[in-house]
Amino acid sequence: MLLRHTPAEQVEREALTINSAKTCQPVGAMYAALGIHKCMPHSHGSQGCCSYHRSALTRHFKDPAMATTSSFTEGSSVFGGQANLIEGINNIFTIYDPEIVAVHTTCLSEVIGDDLVQIIKKASDDGKIPKGKRVIHTNTPSFKGSHVTGFSNMTASMVSYFSHNSGSKLKQVNIIPGFVEPSDMSEIKRITGELGIKSILFPDTSEVLNAPMDGKFHMYPKGGTKSEDLIKTGDSYYTFALGNTASGAAAKLLDTKCKVPYDILNLPIGVAATDAWIDAMRRAAGVTVPESLQVERGQAVDVMTDMHQYFYGRKVAIAGDPDHLLSLTQFLTDLDMKVTIVVTGTPVGPKWEKEIKALAGDDVKVKSGLGSDLFYFHQMIKQDKPDLIIGNTYTKYIARDEGVPLIRIGFPIYDRVGHQYFPIVGYKGALRVMEKILTALMDKQDETAAEESFELVM
Amino acid sequence: MDGILSKRTGQIFKNGVDTHVLECDKASVAGSVSQRACVFCGSRVVLYPITDALHLIHGPIGCAAYTWDIRGSLSSGSNLNRYSFSTDLREMDVIYGGEKKLYAALNELIEKYKPKATFVYSTCIAGLIGDDIDAICKKIETETGLRTIHVNSEGFKGTKKDGYKAACEALFSLMGKGAPARSAPFTINILGDFNLAGETWIIKEYYKKMGINVQTCLTGDGRIDEISSSHTAQLNVVQCSGSMTFLAKRMKEEYGIPFIRVSYFGLEDMAAALYDVAAFFENQEITARTKALIQNEMSQYYPEITKYRKELSGKKAAIYVGGSFKAFSLVKALRHLGMETALVGSQTGNKDDYEYLKSICTEGTIIVDDTNPVELAKFMKEKKVSLLIGGVKERPIAYKLGVAFCDHNHERKIPLAGFEGMLQFSREVYSSVMSPVWKFTSKREDYHE
Repeated sequence: MLLRHTPAEQVEREALTINSAKTCQPVGAMYAALGIHKCMPHSHGSQGCCSYHRSALTRHFKDPAMATTSSFTEGSSVFGGQANLIEGINNIFTIYDPEIVAVHTTCLSEVIGDDLVQIIKKASDDGKIPKGKRVIHTNTPSFKGSHVTGFSNMTASMVSYFSHNSGSKLKQVNIIPGFVEPSDMSEIKRITGELGIKSILFPDTSEVLNAPMDGKFHMYPKGGTKSEDLIKTGDSYYTFALGNTASGAAAKLLDTKCKVPYDILNLPIGVAATDAWIDAMRRAAGVTVPESLQVERGQAVDVMTDMHQYFYGRKVAIAGDPDHLLSLTQFLTDLDMKVTIVVTGTPVGPKWEKEIKALAGDDVKVKSGLGSDLFYFHQMIKQDKPDLIIGNTYTKYIARDEGVPLIRIGFPIYDRVGHQYFPIVGYKGALRVMEKILTALMDKQDETAAEESFELVM
Repeated sequence: MDGILSKRTGQIFKNGVDTHVLECDKASVAGSVSQRACVFCGSRVVLYPITDALHLIHGPIGCAAYTWDIRGSLSSGSNLNRYSFSTDLREMDVIYGGEKKLYAALNELIEKYKPKATFVYSTCIAGLIGDDIDAICKKIETETGLRTIHVNSEGFKGTKKDGYKAACEALFSLMGKGAPARSAPFTINILGDFNLAGETWIIKEYYKKMGINVQTCLTGDGRIDEISSSHTAQLNVVQCSGSMTFLAKRMKEEYGIPFIRVSYFGLEDMAAALYDVAAFFENQEITARTKALIQNEMSQYYPEITKYRKELSGKKAAIYVGGSFKAFSLVKALRHLGMETALVGSQTGNKDDYEYLKSICTEGTIIVDDTNPVELAKFMKEKKVSLLIGGVKERPIAYKLGVAFCDHNHERKIPLAGFEGMLQFSREVYSSVMSPVWKFTSKREDYHE
């Protein structure tokens, strides 16, 4: 038993996080920044942070993740990181030639109190930022929020640095996809295209972190939202923010700054959430839903019907990020499964917990923020064994020890491929989630069935 | 030079062409995509394999999250080290200090797990807000009687090497308890093997066959009790010299234990390591057994290894690893496979290391210190290499270029040390270089002309 030191009995912990269900803000900011075309994410802090984030993203996507660091020394920690950042900006533009440098802070530079607005201004005044190029920043103190907060902050910074209301509205919408996979981002674009709606998706990591192998090393792969499009987001007539935690802040800021009205919707995972999103877009754009999407929807519903007997009443424990968890809880409930445990390390507060309860029922064990880690998740699982676990790679220890099938959804996934290429959003995504659930449950059934009840047709 | 930061030109050296002294031991240039990590990372990787200790990371959550079970160091017993414990410092802790939280966390943990010892790692923030971790550790020790050791690993206080040093200090502080110094005959400590994919077990088996006792391995499959008595050994055999030479020197000063540097990678170095250890003890039986062991292993593995030579012969390789000592062995091991090293570098090599590298590499080999993906890609292309040996961040760069890859870092899944390790290594290299996937990448044709 890998986690044999985890007892079932739960004791209140005040000062300790064991087997975290989140990580820190900067990695989210780095991921978001990689979704801007020709952008170099820059970590303003110690070298280790940047190295860890790049390793984490590389392990998850199996693709190079480029980012630079201010390489703090003891000196910078005493006297501030201004000199390092200005030298860094100069070096980055000289050698790596990006269009944009997206700086995020770390706990170290936050506590020192580096004023990034002032430092970037000084870099600009000193002529370190070439004409036509930009340096943007966001604050990502690691001791607040989580990786999702960092993603949200960097996305909001794209609005504050780029979005511009030129006075003439363009016939296009903005879509903020949230902390989802590159595959999900392309699927969101595809569905929007099917609807015949012109859109700007930001950030967009498709073809950045799932780039093709072409025999070359591309410092800046083909994908990413272009800066001219980021500017034009201020002229769009509507914004759809998918997932409140990761995308809400940017949508609200766009409204305040450029008067672009918005809708904050759940991530379109599952049929109901996809319906809600497509319906909202249909109404805003005044288009009709094409037959192609109706077919996709029908196919998803078909599988829900066909396989209901395998979903019905099965208990599921899920750990992950708040926006994913909300939509997954909805979807699993619609499949007639019973969501029993929902855990996120991201502090999201009682409103979110209430929403989960509204979907899954009052007896669901839901926890977020303080004390909400995978150790707690495991203890809950020991107390009430589910039929299925949904979570990131780290939940595999629990799945193995408890003999419960696992499907991997979330961040990070270090031990499987697929998430980079196959979406879980939209109707096709709903199909994929169902396929994964069914395969996991049925494999388990086949493995453990007695000979006489081993079934050929399922 | 195109694509190279002007401040970095001193850290790049063309063997037999350039005349400057290769610069190293420098802080990375701000703004570069360095592959290096921090002080904390250095300490964490060295101490992580100690299986029956509690490892508590005092800082915001990230430092614990990114180092949770990332090293493939295997354990034959306890798995406590595979848990991730963090004080998860929040905003209020940063303002008012984290000492109270640390004290409470240690109490909760020690009560729950009753570990042999606890390592408390300080991080950037712990250092910056000025928590008196030493005082808390002392208090806990007095109250519980259990060893509680502060690892001085604030991320910004130097490079990864300083983190190794902090880890060595922590290890040293555990020693000298119990038995008197140097009591056991023919007893060694293995320093700098981390039991990745079970490598320590292979090496221990060799020593056993030679009639040599291994008191402890620092730190592969490590145990606190064994480490506490490691001062009883008569010889320290240091492999990963970058991380462990400091500790070997400390043990020599304090306990008079001599040390030798060895490498367990490649046939020559593996055999030399065992002969050197045997020679130290000047015992005829040990010498005879060592000879027999090596002959036996060689005859078992050498013929199979040479089979891979045929197709690999003449191909070029690139190496970019953390410590330079490993690079030496790899250059030699590749030569066994008929491959020349055209590009070699490390994150933390020192002047002597690079001088030695120059002496074993051929003319034209590019030697780099603290390099980055742009330079790596540029030189790999320039040299038309067929293979890159590196770690997690280098792997996708090689693959995108259509170049084969061998992981010689934390993520290796099969043991590469020892005689059988050389066979595994040959297989790894061969299977990646000869993979049928390369025929689908047309661009690679131009790359290799």
